[in-house]
Amino acid sequence: MNLLTDALSWLTDPAQWSGPTGIPTRTLEQLRYSAAALVVAGLLALPVGLWLGHLRRFGQLAINVGNVGRAVPSFAVILLASQIWAIEEWPVVGPVSLFLALTLLAIPPMLINAYTGMSEISDDLREAARGMGFSGTGQALRVELPNSLPLVLAGIRISTLQVVATATLGAVVGAGGLGRYIVDGLAVRDNARVLGGAILVAALALIIEGLLAVLQRIAVSPGVRRAEVARPAGRLSGSTSSAS
Amino acid sequence: MVIAQARYDRDSWLDWSWVTDRWGDTVYPALQEHLLLTVLTMVIGIVLALPVAVLAARKRWLYPPLLSATGVLYTIPSLALLALLVPYTGLSRTTALIPLVSYTLLIIIRNTVAGLDAVPADAVEAATGMGYKGGQRLLRVELPLAMPSILAGVRIATVTTIGLVTVTSLIGQDNLGQLMLDGFGLRFRTPIVVGTALAVLLAVAADLILLALQRLSAPWART
Repeated sequence: MNLLTDALSWLTDPAQWSGPTGIPTRTLEQLRYSAAALVVAGLLALPVGLWLGHLRRFGQLAINVGNVGRAVPSFAVILLASQIWAIEEWPVVGPVSLFLALTLLAIPPMLINAYTGMSEISDDLREAARGMGFSGTGQALRVELPNSLPLVLAGIRISTLQVVATATLGAVVGAGGLGRYIVDGLAVRDNARVLGGAILVAALALIIEGLLAVLQRIAVSPGVRRAEVARPAGRLSGSTSSAS
Repeated sequence: MVIAQARYDRDSWLDWSWVTDRWGDTVYPALQEHLLLTVLTMVIGIVLALPVAVLAARKRWLYPPLLSATGVLYTIPSLALLALLVPYTGLSRTTALIPLVSYTLLIIIRNTVAGLDAVPADAVEAATGMGYKGGQRLLRVELPLAMPSILAGVRIATVTTIGLVTVTSLIGQDNLGQLMLDGFGLRFRTPIVVGTALAVLLAVAADLILLALQRLSAPWART
């Protein structure tokens, strides 16, 4: 219990809440690294995944990207990236190597979920859309996309959590972010800082997960949501996720 | 761990002389420890998750809170979960095992319940008609029919665990992650490349073995 009170007094110490190594700065760093990587990865992965899914082509490719993404440890990607690109800071995105590593990690879940969501739209629905006079693109954007939204958003959610979690590991290669408290705390055996940092990282991940869950509820049309609930439980919409 | 000496080429991505020199005292032990931690995690994970999942498939009210609880654990980043435990359980294998096991729970429970749910009612009825009682029916009819789904979960959990084990090097565990970390610290690329390659190979090998098991467990699906 003593440890916990130490961590809490570390967390509530006004000294931690200001300056370039303060909690607000570190949190913003972590969010900035994550957001930059997610935006770039989303711009790359989502159009490709959605379009290939609409065409129902190269499905094996999407699945392979997902499997490779899971087999390569994020920790290894970060360390390898640090050997290729310098830890030089770029504006907005932060250290180049961390940015590129996070972008690579964010691609597979979004790509595979976008592909699966679009390709699994039932033939009945596609035929009905065609019968109503939709063109190929109209059908993709106005019928298939809204119906595949639960899966597409699940992919974005999985990528986001993975990137935020992995951005914590960036501290190992010298980046900022909340991971600094844990890595530095471990190095100097300062348990209060380690525990305080861990609480902050865990809280950040849980808050983001909660926000995304709410966002997903708002974005998905009520009709599609009902159909989703009625889906047999054997289909695992989140099965491409992996802890990090 | 002895890694770098002046005679190795620090800028090359893969200096084979380092690999052959250090295989016996550094690389192989790291691989072994990696495998051991993975196997321990999976065994403990399955032993904990399977009975709970079977119970949740019966007592349905248990399932949503179970998913939420394991989901929260799953959401907490590995470095944070490890760091939360270090002040209490130290830089020990136990500290590494607790987060690793907790990440497997959600995947195994979800796939087991989904597998049990997908068992055809006809099959259960036929088994009952043949005189199978509850426990026997579960072991000899329902679980075998759910096995492909359970093993699909075990596959995902195993591959994920092999990746996450690398992170436990940050709390002093001597596995392939430690190889990478030492390489990084000494500005020597070979150990990073070797550690990564072996972790990926281990994950692919585990995935293929479990895939074969998954196929074998579903003789009815073979063509």
